[in-house]
Amino acid sequence: MAEQKGMTLNLKIWRQAGPKEKGEFLKIQAKNIIPDMSFLEMLDVVNEELVRTGKEPVEFDHDCREGICGACSLVINGNPHGPEVATTTCQLHMRKFKDGDSIVIEPFRAKSFPIVKDLVVDRSAFDRIQQAGGFITANTGAAQDANCIPVPKKNADLAFSSATCIGCGACVAACKNASASLFTSAKVAHLALLPQGQAEREERVLKMVAQMDAEGFGGCTNTGACSAACPVEISLENIARMNRDFLAASIKHR
Amino acid sequence: MADATPKSTGKLDSKAPSGPIEKRWDTHKFQMKLVNPANKRKHTIIVVGTGLAGASAAASLGELGYHVKAFTIHDSPRRAHSIAAQGGINAAKNYANDGDSVYRLFYDTVKGGDFRARESNVYRLAQVSTAIIDHCVALGVPFAREYGGLLDNRSFGGSQVSRTFYARGQTGQQLLLGAYSSMNRQVDRKNVEVYSRREMLDLVLINGVARGITVRNLITGEIESHAGDAVLLCTGGYGNAYFLSTNAMNSNATAAWRCHRRGAYFGNPCFTQIHPTCIPRSGEHQSKLTLMSESLRNDGRVWVPKAKGDKRSPKDIPESERDYYLERIYPSFGNLVPRDVASRQAKFRVDEGRGVGPSGEAVYLDFADAIKRLGQAAVSEKYGNLFDMYEKITDENPYEQPMRMYPAVHYTMGGLWVDYNLMSTIPGLHVLGEANFSDHGANRLGASALMQGLADGYFVIPYTLGNYIASNPLPKVDISHDAFKASREDVSLRLNRLLSVKGNKTVDDIHKQLGKIMWDLVGMSRNEAGLKTAIESIRQLRSQFWSDVRVAGESNFKNSELEKAGRVADFLELGELMATDALERRESCGGHFRDEFQTPDNEAKRDDEHFSHVAAWEYAGSQGDKVTWTRNQEPLNFEYVHPSQRSYK
Ligand SMILES: Cc1cc2nc3c(=O)[nH]c(=O)nc-3n(C[C@H](O)[C@H](O)[C@H](O)COP(=O)(O)OP(=O)(O)OC[C@H]3O[C@@H](n4cnc5c(N)ncnc54)[C@H](O)[C@@H]3O)c2cc1C
Ligand code: FES
Repeated sequence: MAEQKGMTLNLKIWRQAGPKEKGEFLKIQAKNIIPDMSFLEMLDVVNEELVRTGKEPVEFDHDCREGICGACSLVINGNPHGPEVATTTCQLHMRKFKDGDSIVIEPFRAKSFPIVKDLVVDRSAFDRIQQAGGFITANTGAAQDANCIPVPKKNADLAFSSATCIGCGACVAACKNASASLFTSAKVAHLALLPQGQAEREERVLKMVAQMDAEGFGGCTNTGACSAACPVEISLENIARMNRDFLAASIKHR
Repeated sequence: MADATPKSTGKLDSKAPSGPIEKRWDTHKFQMKLVNPANKRKHTIIVVGTGLAGASAAASLGELGYHVKAFTIHDSPRRAHSIAAQGGINAAKNYANDGDSVYRLFYDTVKGGDFRARESNVYRLAQVSTAIIDHCVALGVPFAREYGGLLDNRSFGGSQVSRTFYARGQTGQQLLLGAYSSMNRQVDRKNVEVYSRREMLDLVLINGVARGITVRNLITGEIESHAGDAVLLCTGGYGNAYFLSTNAMNSNATAAWRCHRRGAYFGNPCFTQIHPTCIPRSGEHQSKLTLMSESLRNDGRVWVPKAKGDKRSPKDIPESERDYYLERIYPSFGNLVPRDVASRQAKFRVDEGRGVGPSGEAVYLDFADAIKRLGQAAVSEKYGNLFDMYEKITDENPYEQPMRMYPAVHYTMGGLWVDYNLMSTIPGLHVLGEANFSDHGANRLGASALMQGLADGYFVIPYTLGNYIASNPLPKVDISHDAFKASREDVSLRLNRLLSVKGNKTVDDIHKQLGKIMWDLVGMSRNEAGLKTAIESIRQLRSQFWSDVRVAGESNFKNSELEKAGRVADFLELGELMATDALERRESCGGHFRDEFQTPDNEAKRDDEHFSHVAAWEYAGSQGDKVTWTRNQEPLNFEYVHPSQRSYK
């Protein structure tokens, strides 16, 4: 297929050599951008051009480019994952932009997500929250037949909806307090909704919330910015569930 | 260099047990040595990769008390490519009461693989499949359920029973998060340590035994050594040799290839799977292809116009002028024929000039009948996220017009050769998941990769690794050993070599060129002349890479261009081996289709007399940029499922 002539976009991209270096915006044009490209394919074009002209390409995290791995991030014109609702950056397509548009591209910014380089941030705090209690204790080989535990379809569906969190961190980037409540609550709710998750329900919520606080994420003030920015539409109800469980568990474990 | 007469090297002992097939695994387990519980924590096990295979292995070995170090190139173990698996996971539960059994899953898998897999392994896989579902449910994996609260199933290609468990179109995500959670519990218990953003760039051998790895810290660029008593390679497949594939962008063969160069044989490298239903490419900018799950063929009907070059919009083409070619050619399996068959038939239609869409390189997958029969809500409940993804990418609404689909590289059945214990030809190096050549023969059935990855990690390696540890003296080694130093030096040298070329071509330029050679000549159909051209062109491209690539940046910082460059350098060797293997396998089988070997109705024609074996390639050295290999063979015997011409008619 011949190269189609396309749009020209005026980009301002955040560049920062390392965690402690000072960052600044790189102004650069993206040329020949066609509507069928994804946002990251547009950045590929920019990076190829940088390499060809002897410069260092812009670092950004990405992998599946299908909206499921949670690796991609970026704040695009002020919005985590860009302007389209329920869409990750990798699934955002350039048909959402017009020739001549200006686009500001920044990393997810939060105290608990230190910048690694350019647009790449360190989200390992999320792993540590999961490691604190985001599991069910069941050793390999010890399980009974799967159909011995019926789960009402409604609960199974609700648990699934919470479990679809991709762990990208857009909720944190969108929140003025940089709270990780939506992320943490999604796992708490997923496991609390299932019969298998009951034995450790109280301990789990206490430990995960404690770790979330220890990582330096801010408190939740219920603005709902997190859920609005979430590419997989994790609902605010999860936070309500987590808060209820947390309260109940705290009273018991005082 | 290679011939088709068996050459036994002694190294290729499959260790597959004999006796009645249903007893083999149990007997083998009983005969294996055990490691005293108190001694397990004295053994460090290195697990490279935290996809389904790696995370499940790390979790279950941690539970047993081993000290596990788990490595991933990703910023978090949860991002492994397994996360993207959509459709489902097979298990012989027979919950649907439709005649399934361990034996039937075994039979379907051996037949689906076109009789190029080891019977003992496949039987074991079918046997442990049921325990996988039990364990995943116990871990809280939210599989789809029916109104009564029990688990729901659907059908996948190559089988006539409903044995596929699923979590909407996100089964891989849910299974991986399950394995990740179980590994996290072991992190909390201090049995597992996770090293993220580390890329394994070499295997360290001491006295011929795998005793550690060399990794690059992808943030600081530091070259690190890690020692252990065994190395488990769980690094996924090599579909990205084709540049465009449904694999995630960072999926690569580097870890496996470095092990190959250290002596691990590579099994059946030419066995690749081209998946029939992917979104067609839309232009030169395309960076990857997106799969639309096989589960869609449960309800979607595949068709092309009967007339060549029919450019009408699909809704203007009346029923009588459509060719539902899979239903026509394969009345008993219809749209659910195995992938190799469906892909080939799509290619035939496009080659005949009956392809659709702007490029003419697509066929329709139509849901109109399903929507009429079940209603839009029910269709959306089953496939909603896939339909949304399709619309985001193509800007077309699949509820209103049929999807356009074309085959794309998806999975690699080939991989490092392993014996029944999942150990490679290097003692101590075990290979799990898509990275091994394993159980799928020449074609993998849908929903069987997740099953195999978890079988390897949860239910096979915990036993076979114990036997290895208990049966072998493993003198204590640490990273001060010279072998580690030498390996670090090799790795640094290579990185510097990549950076010092400073040529004119970007890494992607060369990767795209390789991809085109692979797709055109080592893709859905192959022939002698084309394969010879491919081998020649890949060699030239490899020289060009080493003389004209430009890798930006430096080695002591985060540098994704450098990461990519190392991987493409390895694909440039592996690609040649894939073409060579395809050339030497003078038969068609499963996904390996040689134009010269087909039945009168264009199906793959096997040559069991000469090719009922695994081709296990041994790295025989390199001089400059020239690499040589020796072809070894592991004969395959079929005592239960007798090889026949596969028929899905
Ligand atoms: C789009 C898509 C959909 C699919 N759907 C299905 C399905 O429905 N059912 C099914 O059964 N199968 C499906 N498959 C196939 C299946 O997902 C894969 O075969 C399987 O998940 C592979 O798992 P794995 O654990 O072997 O490897 P992966 O999940 O690929 O994990 C590889 C791991 O290795 C790490 N790694 C790689 N290289 C290095 C290195 N050099 N150093 C350190 N770490 C490294 C990575 O970080 C990662 O953690 C699908 C595949 C694709 C592409
Ligand atoms: S790259 Fe995986 S979600 Fe965007």
